[in-house]
Amino acid sequence: MKEGYEVIYKKPKTLTDNRMHYCPGCIHGIVHKIFMELIEEMDLQERTVGVCPVGCSVFAYDYMNVDMQEAAHGRAGAVATAVKRMLPDRIVFSYQGDGDLAAIGTAETIHACNRGENFLFIFINNGIYGMTGGQMAPTTLNLQKTTTSPYGRETKDSGAAIKMTEIVKDLEGVAYAARVSCNTPANVRKTKRILKRALEIQEQDLGTQFVEVVSNCPSGWRCTPVESMEWIKDKSIPYYPLGVFKEPGK
Amino acid sequence: MGEIRFMKGNEALAEAAIRAGMQGYFGYPITPQSEVIEYLAAEKPNHNYTLLQAESEVASINMVYGGAAAGSRVMTTTSSPGYSLMQEGVSYIACAELPCVIANIARGGPGLGTIQPGQGDYFQAVKGGGHGDYRLIVLAPNSVQEMVDFTILGFDLADKYRTPVLVLSDGAIGQMMEKVVLPEPKQYNPDKPWATTGKTHDRERNYITSLYIQSEHMEKKNIELQKKFDLIEKNEIRYEEYKTEDAEVIIVAYGVTSRSSKKVVDLAREGGIKMGLLRPITLWPFPKERISELAASDRVKSFFSVEMSAGQMVEDVKLAVNGKKPTYFYGRTGGIIPTPEEIIDFIKTKV
Repeated sequence: MKEGYEVIYKKPKTLTDNRMHYCPGCIHGIVHKIFMELIEEMDLQERTVGVCPVGCSVFAYDYMNVDMQEAAHGRAGAVATAVKRMLPDRIVFSYQGDGDLAAIGTAETIHACNRGENFLFIFINNGIYGMTGGQMAPTTLNLQKTTTSPYGRETKDSGAAIKMTEIVKDLEGVAYAARVSCNTPANVRKTKRILKRALEIQEQDLGTQFVEVVSNCPSGWRCTPVESMEWIKDKSIPYYPLGVFKEPGK
Repeated sequence: MGEIRFMKGNEALAEAAIRAGMQGYFGYPITPQSEVIEYLAAEKPNHNYTLLQAESEVASINMVYGGAAAGSRVMTTTSSPGYSLMQEGVSYIACAELPCVIANIARGGPGLGTIQPGQGDYFQAVKGGGHGDYRLIVLAPNSVQEMVDFTILGFDLADKYRTPVLVLSDGAIGQMMEKVVLPEPKQYNPDKPWATTGKTHDRERNYITSLYIQSEHMEKKNIELQKKFDLIEKNEIRYEEYKTEDAEVIIVAYGVTSRSSKKVVDLAREGGIKMGLLRPITLWPFPKERISELAASDRVKSFFSVEMSAGQMVEDVKLAVNGKKPTYFYGRTGGIIPTPEEIIDFIKTKV
């Protein structure tokens, strides 16, 4: 530290120094940071085990400085189930995208929620397959263009975009279900508060915690980061309303 | 001396897993192996293991991945179509070098097939099954006692080499009842510094992955894996011989078919044919050197691979014999266990 300087802002020790591969403007980086800040602030690093998916966050274990497992595509819900069952006093989370959690891994997601597995699903929903180059996901909005829906998604052909939080909230095993976004500083702060609430509920062993983050994909959406945040406000959030959908015991 | 019981193969396997100190079981019902999870469910109140009936075999094998990576001694069991569903997960487990035991109480296929016993999963078991270059240690019991012994051995080999072990049995061994001697339960104290149990302040984070996106890293991983498989091949070949000392005709058979074949050896000898049986116990690593040695002997005239398949292990027998002696195949499919009489009738047409 140079003389006369002081640290007023820094990343948490629960993030590694590895340079992230995420595209400029991607919300993954924000969620990684606020979640790892929480792990540090709540002093959970020593007993946290995370599971990352196949998708853009496949390398989350390079960035999150906690014990991690890299699951097969869609199976993070099953993997995290076993981790929590074998190590019930650890904090366990899965970190999954929409292709992973809501397409190929739907069965694992629904059944982990239905059993009330006591871990946290962090569900990053950007409505597209980012890693593979911008193909349509089950969460792609109606008429949204992607490389596999070049003329816009047709609901009659591909179904309507799937609303996972609304689906899992009605399962008895789910203790907490919320949808948030990180498109504004206010929403980033709100997301952090909601993730904290989810971790508190995990400590109380009340049931599955499910937090969906309405996210972006400037590369896949073929737009600038700023335009992607506008899209979230104008298109995504009207279809995917934000809020807490379920609280324990309610 | 352990405890003597009269047990069904599948139940014996389950009891052996408990006595081996299994900490977690994840499975899905499928005939003819459902007694494993049923037995474990009934015994659960008396023990300290985790038991979960998963939503599918796909989920089961990925739960095994998670449990093994968390440092626990874990197992799943299934039967042929269910084992097909698990292949992706098995490949991940092999690459991530996670110890676990998987049992396939095989039935006849392909497709939904039949619930009767089969050996048509040999290729899948020993040639990979899933994608990529990997091997499994494959143990083939031929009695209820070996269901016990190989389950326990399987857990120990899995830990020793950090690799998945497959117990490849069949519906006949799984369903039949025999006397078994059960060993004393073992206390399981794993030493797995690599496991993901929470990053304590005195170590770097642990992560379990099968992702090596850079070519050089992936090749390095493959070289490491192949070194391990070479070591297993050097140390772990197991087989049994019956009356091969003076044999001119050698039957090669495993699992339930080896029992019919043993009877064939005795019948043949009554009729004046000097026959012997070589029973591979580890299907991988395969006892190829011993077969080569027998093939090189002037005394041995021919080999017969007897299977409940359309001809799978015979390919490995032929590779080991390497053209030195004629190698024939006799098999039944559809869940039909070949009788000693039909096997010997076939052999007589060739010798």
